[in-house]
Amino acid sequence: MLAAKNLEVVYDDVMLVLRGVGLEVPQGRIVALLGANGAGKSTLLRALSGLLDVHDGEVRRGSITLDGEPIHTYGASRVAALGVKQVMEGRRILADLTVEENLRIGGHVSPRSIKANLDRTYQLFPVLADRRRTLAGYLSGGEQQMLAIGRALMSDPKYLLLDEPSLGLAPMIVRQIRDVIVKINQQGTTVLLVEQNAAMALSIAEHGYVLENGAMVMDKPAADLLADGDVREFYLGLGAEGSVKSFRDVKHYRRRKRWLS
Amino acid sequence: MNEFLATVVRGLGNGSIYALLALGFVIVYKSMRVISFAQPAFMMAGALLTGYLVLSMNFFLAVLVALLLTALLGAGVERLALRPMIGKPVFVIAIITLGVDIVIRTVVNSFIGLDIRQMGDPWGLEQLGVLGARIDQRHLATLVATLIVVAALFAFYRWSRTGLAMRAASSDQEVALAQGVSVGRVFSLAWALAAALAGLAGVFLSTGIGLEQNLWLTALKALPVIILGGLDSLGGAVIAGLSIGIVEALVGSYGDNLHPVFGGDFFLVVPYLLMLLVLLVRPYGLFGAREVERI
Repeated sequence: MLAAKNLEVVYDDVMLVLRGVGLEVPQGRIVALLGANGAGKSTLLRALSGLLDVHDGEVRRGSITLDGEPIHTYGASRVAALGVKQVMEGRRILADLTVEENLRIGGHVSPRSIKANLDRTYQLFPVLADRRRTLAGYLSGGEQQMLAIGRALMSDPKYLLLDEPSLGLAPMIVRQIRDVIVKINQQGTTVLLVEQNAAMALSIAEHGYVLENGAMVMDKPAADLLADGDVREFYLGLGAEGSVKSFRDVKHYRRRKRWLS
Repeated sequence: MNEFLATVVRGLGNGSIYALLALGFVIVYKSMRVISFAQPAFMMAGALLTGYLVLSMNFFLAVLVALLLTALLGAGVERLALRPMIGKPVFVIAIITLGVDIVIRTVVNSFIGLDIRQMGDPWGLEQLGVLGARIDQRHLATLVATLIVVAALFAFYRWSRTGLAMRAASSDQEVALAQGVSVGRVFSLAWALAAALAGLAGVFLSTGIGLEQNLWLTALKALPVIILGGLDSLGGAVIAGLSIGIVEALVGSYGDNLHPVFGGDFFLVVPYLLMLLVLLVRPYGLFGAREVERI
């Protein structure tokens, strides 16, 4: 189990971004993490994967544990070697390297099983196999996202942290990515899925968290979240505001979220 | 014709030295986005160490040991002087390398003293007759050694796991970190490689003519080379190094009667003229980063 407990993260010594966040990702599951822009989702992922340092961030309080072992003081390369890999927002493929080189770099921490992992990745993403010698920068957006996910899988991680894999992709590609995530999970990788596309995330996750202004405001099974009035209104665009048909009925104020009271 | 051949080989020999120096600049630039002005110091250090070691062992062994020590020096400098500065403005780091250069060079100079120090190399100023041309053996040796080193370097970058990690770190450090690459180790390795390459250049530069304090000025020729080849292109550094060497040699041999205005030592400024020209036409160099973009 990958868990964060009472986590407090500060950027540049002054900006308090996470204010006592708790999160549990049990092995073998898909867990969704929802939240608006600036809620602290990416920060939480960076803390989990040890990449805070690059952004001048620091864990001030609380802990992150991997199967009971505290890992929040480890650097990113050590966390990756322990089997926690992050797919960063915006794909971040290495444009001037070929597709296969991109994948090879993903297997940096497990050089012995690169061949087996390459085969597995090409099976998962046949598109990449066809284009293995192409420079990665020439791939389409969807292919780049698959490359980014494939790259993270190359070291056979136990935990995969996905930061907005549906960002900027066409609905059909988003469905493909969703199916791939389910498949990866079935192959034994635990997934923490951070998404703006809440409908997509909750459709495949078993458990969901809602992060707002640096604090967890909800922590429920995905089905309960889907049924929750506030989540439907504020994250799925359904319910009260979504059903309004005439501008005359539009409210002049937004209803206060119940969890804020 | 004979003179031409001799000139070209001399140019290739000197050009190899420029190429080795320029490769060091490029390797450091690719890893840290910083121009390391400490290259002349490493060049002098490598040559000096060889000069001392050769007194007690075989020349080739001495070069090998000297280069290893120079590489260690490079990695040490990176660890002590530059690692704490990561994240600071590039300009600041470049100035630090300038300071490092002065410190190392002062120490090296005090060991060199006022005399010319011989390398004890097997070539000396011996010449070889090829097709009637008199060719310095040391130029040929420099060229061959450089080609071998460059081939090894390219194979390392292309196929080895560490080489791939270095390329990944140079294009996106955060991504490399996320894949488990230790970026600190990449920095160390880049500095060690750059220092060893400069050291090798220093050894070949001092074969035959010997090592003396002012030899470091030659390292400045690497600046036109990296401008010509592009700051981030290894292949560009090699091609530009060899070309500048050849152009310089040709102007040296045939440039005397160009025009009286230019005088006899015009060839010394030719590399810098070329640099100005390239800066005007292609500021990113002939082989600088090709931007990969999807349309």
